[in-house]
Amino acid sequence: MKPINESDKTDLVKEAVETTMAAEPGSSRREFLTQSGRVVAGAGVAALLGNLGGWALSYAADKEPIKIGILHSLSGTMAISEVSLKDVVLMAVEEINAKGGVMGRKIQPVVVDPASNWDLFAEKAKQLLLVDKVAVVFGCWTSVSRKSVLPVFEKNNGLLFYPVQYEGEECSHNVFYTGAAVNQQAVPAVEYLMSKEGGGHKKFYLLGTDYVYPRTTNKILRAMLLAKKVPAANIAEEYTPFHHQDYQTIVGKIKKFSAGGGGCVLSTINGDSNVPFYKEFANQGLRAEDAPIMAFSVAEDELRGMDTTALVGHLAAWNYYQSVDTPQNKKFVADFKAYCKKSNLPDGERRVTDDPIEAAYFGVHIWKQAVEKAGSIEVDKVRKAVYGSEFLAPGGKIKMDEANHHTNKPVLIGEILKDGQFKIVSRSKGLVKPEPWSEYTSPDKGCDWIKHQGTYQKK
Amino acid sequence: MKVVLSIMLLGAVSLLGAGQVIATEGPRASTAAPPLSLIDRALADLSSGDQARQDAAVNVLIERGDSSLLPKLEEIRDGADRSVRLAIKPLIDLLKNRTNLASPDADRRRSAAADLGSSGKPVVMPWLEAALSGEPNRWVRYTIEESLALIRLASDNPDEKINAAAKLGELRSQNAVPALKELLQQAGGTDATDQQKALANAARAAIERIDIWASWANAFETIFRGISLSSILLIMSLGLAIVFGLMGVINMAHGELMMIGAYATFVTQECFKAYLPAGLFDYYFLAAMPIAFCIVALCGLILEATVIRFLYGRPLETMLATWGVSLVLIQAARVYFGDLTSVVAPSWLSGGAQVMVGVYLPYNRLFIIVLSILCVAGIYFLLFRTGVGLRVRAVMQNRDMSSCLGIPTRKVDAYTFAFGSGLAGLAGCALTLIGNVEPGLGQNYIVDSFMVVVTGGVGKLMGTIVASLGIGGLNKFLEPSFGAVYGKVLILVLVILFLQRRPSGLFTIKGRHADA
Repeated sequence: MKPINESDKTDLVKEAVETTMAAEPGSSRREFLTQSGRVVAGAGVAALLGNLGGWALSYAADKEPIKIGILHSLSGTMAISEVSLKDVVLMAVEEINAKGGVMGRKIQPVVVDPASNWDLFAEKAKQLLLVDKVAVVFGCWTSVSRKSVLPVFEKNNGLLFYPVQYEGEECSHNVFYTGAAVNQQAVPAVEYLMSKEGGGHKKFYLLGTDYVYPRTTNKILRAMLLAKKVPAANIAEEYTPFHHQDYQTIVGKIKKFSAGGGGCVLSTINGDSNVPFYKEFANQGLRAEDAPIMAFSVAEDELRGMDTTALVGHLAAWNYYQSVDTPQNKKFVADFKAYCKKSNLPDGERRVTDDPIEAAYFGVHIWKQAVEKAGSIEVDKVRKAVYGSEFLAPGGKIKMDEANHHTNKPVLIGEILKDGQFKIVSRSKGLVKPEPWSEYTSPDKGCDWIKHQGTYQKK
Repeated sequence: MKVVLSIMLLGAVSLLGAGQVIATEGPRASTAAPPLSLIDRALADLSSGDQARQDAAVNVLIERGDSSLLPKLEEIRDGADRSVRLAIKPLIDLLKNRTNLASPDADRRRSAAADLGSSGKPVVMPWLEAALSGEPNRWVRYTIEESLALIRLASDNPDEKINAAAKLGELRSQNAVPALKELLQQAGGTDATDQQKALANAARAAIERIDIWASWANAFETIFRGISLSSILLIMSLGLAIVFGLMGVINMAHGELMMIGAYATFVTQECFKAYLPAGLFDYYFLAAMPIAFCIVALCGLILEATVIRFLYGRPLETMLATWGVSLVLIQAARVYFGDLTSVVAPSWLSGGAQVMVGVYLPYNRLFIIVLSILCVAGIYFLLFRTGVGLRVRAVMQNRDMSSCLGIPTRKVDAYTFAFGSGLAGLAGCALTLIGNVEPGLGQNYIVDSFMVVVTGGVGKLMGTIVASLGIGGLNKFLEPSFGAVYGKVLILVLVILFLQRRPSGLFTIKGRHADA
């Protein structure tokens, strides 16, 4: 064994490991070096594990840090969308820590990778709650991943912030939904298309990828259209498998369907099928003026990887766009770009923000506010403090619902521009109240955790 | 408060605008243009809040206005509230479309004509008629005629309506069907007048003509779609037909070789953007095809030398090893390229050719059809007309004998595998025209490719060609009635049933070398 002296400082980490392995009582000076070597080695490992921030250093603080979990796929098919959410949550954590943390305690994020695999989602959620004992989890994108972690959170009384727009029909005590319910996205979008301003459309082609979100959304939209006296012959519904690439027949059908004017497409097509669909649409001579496509799953983050030529002029419905003109949004966008650049994330400064990214971001802040209000990180106390809390989010002020675990948000209709950004063409007056159970398909059901025990029958 | 403000604003705008109009209109102002005050007053009335005055103002502006008003209208719209915006929008659209009718771009002229037609306002008819007389493009002329007839169909004059219905039937206008059906319904009641009945007869005849035409057009389109899908399946499977069919290597990384081809196209495009003048950009795709072929062939050569060479004759191990390679390649692409990759189709490959009323043939699909035919021809030439091809076939049929005769079998294996991989690269390049470029791209196609090769009969190129035509055609034939999801399920079931009856596929190698 080599003795350690001051001149060897450059090799300290390596030496420290050797010293530790020797595990032999020595002089106080050597003990000191061993200890500091451990801390440095720990920091090295933490940095290798990826962006765990300065948690090793935070041990130096007086109080234990608060652990939070981040449960987003970092590999596999969903990584393309979910990595950005992990990034923005880490950014929010860094922001909060820089301002002194929560109740004087730093936040220590625990990042896990469920790899786009729903079984792994449940496993990792269990690990976060039982092994890491995190105070709260930010995570999930697809509905199936949420459904698979739901029992874990309910059984262990955990807390999940879910940041993506979804199909509703859920009312869990252990989840806060910061994304839109169907009545905050798809329903207002159809109302817009039917209005004079939106073109007074009369024929609706519901097109989606074959899984739970499009199916449920389209069930609600169909009920809504029928309730608004749209004849059944003017509603078409069609689904394609995941990764579908050949849209020739469907575009042909849409062309026939929308002939004579007044037609539009409500698209819940997901992921990589969008490009072939829009390309085929344009190549067969259809224009946004003939039949606009209103998309519910196409946001800035997806658009930056697409050739947007074929998409210009088509529409989307969200609660936030990067182009929202508020001072706090300008700062948020600049901060996010700076954070991505600083952290050496792929594409760095060229990254964009979008609706789920914003929802993930303000979720962290809502939780922080609630913890401070409750003076505790206990789930039951935090939950009560979240009810009715407000936050000035990048897209404008939002309010957590008083009872149903969802979020009151504005609804914005945007038109796709050449640069992959959106021009806002319509916005709701004030905030839209979330309805987890749609008035069109489940008029008899409600969601309330104050006066009832979650989902209840209306009288 | 708001109203007062906007009127004040308007006053200022129109004062400013008046000067501009005089300056730009010049000599026309004295003859055609109305007194400026009329337009000004109408502009002011737009945001008066009084519905009647607003409507009157819009009418005045449509009749008298032209594109020089657009900037002012946009300005009013930006500052106005919802009801004013709603009133101005159609006005702006009309004026814009009127300007676009004279655009040098045929597509813009055409969409302007279509929009004017669907506005249904008789006031646009003189504009359309003026445009029709000087229109050189056949399809723009068609659209203008259709728009004119549609507006006439909505007029009050019964004779004109009957003529319009006949004209629309003659034009085989699918766009007219809803309006014509409405006419039929009106005459359906017991209290229908003779006039309505005559009109209904004309409408019925027109609908019949349109429907017959539509079913022909539909049949034609279905055949084209089938051929297009077949050509895509074929170009994907050709490489596999050589690697799997001829060599017997189950290469699960074949899809990822396509992915590399697609990324090679992307990189070529980026290089063209960065280093060459913008005028040359449209030709990047021509350069990308050989580049993709060569790069992926090189990858294939490396893959053969490092992995597959050691596993000939051990299909299970080959499968697992190449599957592992495919996972490595996918994640490598994800890490290196991220998700910011899109290939922009060159302008000569976007859009479509209209061959008859209602039938578009997209250029990108036509291109892939031609490319796949060329590939097949090239492969046949190489395999059956050259010395190299003779050696390849000899090695594949009887390795030991070929070796005895002095053919370097190791080298031939490597070249054949590289050639098959290069074809995958070419397929990947072609696929960027249809879909997007992403790390998982190969996964979308690999199953279909294997299905085609197995159905066609392993080892027979002809089988691959026939199978891709069969599967593509059948898929497009079934899809309209069963939908995309069940169409695909049905195809799989049919393929399985077929392979139950003929386990070795459509075409089988006969003779003593046919094992299994």
